[in-house]
Amino acid sequence: MWEYTDKVKEHFMNPKNVGELKDANAIGETGSLSCGDALKLFLKINENDRIVEASFMTFGCASAVASSSALTEIIKGMTLDDAAKITNDDISDFLGGLPKEKMHCSVMGQSALRKAIANYRGIQILEKPGDVVCECFDVTDLEIIDAVKANNIGTADDVTNYLKAGGGCGNCLERIEEIIESVKAKQ
Amino acid sequence: MKIVYTDNNATTRVADEVIEEMLPYFGELYGNPSSMHTFGDQVGKKVVEARQRVADLINADPEEIIFTSCGTESDNSAVYSAINAFPDKKHLITSNVEHPAIKNLYTHLEKKHGYRATFIPVDKKGLLNLEMLYEAMTEDTAIISLMWANNETGVMFPIDEIAEKANKKGILMHTDAVQAAGKVTIDVKKTGVDMLSLSGHKIHAPKGIGVLYIKKGLKFSPFIIGGHQEKGRRGGTENTTSIIGLGKACQLAKEHLPIMDTQVRELRDYLQAQLLEKIPCSSVNGDLDQRLPNTLSIGFDAVEGESILLMLDRDGICASSGSACTSGSLDPSHVLMAMEVPFKSAHGSIRFSLSHYNTKEEMDHIINSLIPVIKKLREMSPFWKDGKVI
Repeated sequence: MWEYTDKVKEHFMNPKNVGELKDANAIGETGSLSCGDALKLFLKINENDRIVEASFMTFGCASAVASSSALTEIIKGMTLDDAAKITNDDISDFLGGLPKEKMHCSVMGQSALRKAIANYRGIQILEKPGDVVCECFDVTDLEIIDAVKANNIGTADDVTNYLKAGGGCGNCLERIEEIIESVKAKQ
Repeated sequence: MKIVYTDNNATTRVADEVIEEMLPYFGELYGNPSSMHTFGDQVGKKVVEARQRVADLINADPEEIIFTSCGTESDNSAVYSAINAFPDKKHLITSNVEHPAIKNLYTHLEKKHGYRATFIPVDKKGLLNLEMLYEAMTEDTAIISLMWANNETGVMFPIDEIAEKANKKGILMHTDAVQAAGKVTIDVKKTGVDMLSLSGHKIHAPKGIGVLYIKKGLKFSPFIIGGHQEKGRRGGTENTTSIIGLGKACQLAKEHLPIMDTQVRELRDYLQAQLLEKIPCSSVNGDLDQRLPNTLSIGFDAVEGESILLMLDRDGICASSGSACTSGSLDPSHVLMAMEVPFKSAHGSIRFSLSHYNTKEEMDHIINSLIPVIKKLREMSPFWKDGKVI
């Protein structure tokens, strides 16, 4: 059984801000049925670029639900500029930490938030910048490079924990290790 | 909180009768069964009795039974013995829904020892593609290892029929009967299997004890080499207390077989019918007929298994899931994927596995708990709208 913090359990059993926000003016979606988790984030942003309401709909495990709930609690009342700085670590910290194999749930929250903000600002986010490395979970080299840099990742296992990449058939694990090494070499 | 335990394919409660049978051998009766004194020999006699009881469960002779530490050791012993007996044969056959004890062993033999392994696929009901199996059997095949019943779905393979074909072709046949034992009748005299694995903790004996049946006359090379124990077929001082417990558990399992087929099957069928009726967009994984009487694998569309399990856990209900998130892996179970169960229900599949200790009240508790759990999770799911999957 996973070692979930009381805060994760609380946000899973009694999640905050669940459901569709009818008058949302920004929506961010990430994940899919086949991946095993997905998050749809709804934001209501006022004329001063402040998030006045946030809600979510999530398909996934307890940490996915808790991460979604935490995210909406964190960003409510924030300006868009501040919200744009929220990272997966902020979500994980808010919950008192997540098991490392579940870090990808907090990454999903960050990703949905970025997409919602871009959606509001009318910026077209290229669905997938870079070349696909992990075909099972559709993860690109640029995403892996970003995650390795942002979270100081040193092993392919940790790339899997954060991005799921390499966690399916495992064929791309060597490529992931090469990417990690190239990032470390440049650092 | 009262615990409702419906995870008996994972492990079972050690029966009170089994504990009682074992207790003296943890205490004053600590002798070594191989010793040349009466004190040790009284344990030895009890081990003889246990071996007979285990043999009786599967209609084997006692000298065909060796005790191991677990089902995995039994499986490994069988395969290694076969490849040692036929060093020139470099082909192995199994299915693509096996327990890791065989699946990962075969992959290891492929990668490290130059073996060629054929993983025979199953259909959407989890039934084995027999045509492909028979075509795969060649003179180069060292062993066929197939599970008698699947741990996740309870779907059974026609081991009798397959063993007959294997015998005719002179290929060794092993079956992992860990899930089948104590749930359906196993008669090794009618089934032409050469080797068969059992595990104690699946049939109300303790963990850490397993059995390998080795057909009389079969050339066997030991997996664990050591002393003369088990007639030189498995070294190591006997785990006497667990062996004695397993003997009692096998005796009880034989007595309980009719209950499995009536009382337990009726409870499973009741749970299945009620859940299918009361929870929309739910579906059973696996063939409804060729299935263990105690197992129900049921998928709920648009929700995720770990979430379901944790909410059931709050109500004291123990079950398991084929979902990725519970195991630490990221893909749903290889069994459900091999059956091409769609992602929408594979991620939300729950396995209930019953024992004769379960009651109808417990089934009602599960039903009453699960209905609002699925409803709550669907209300939260972005893939569920207006009573259906989107």
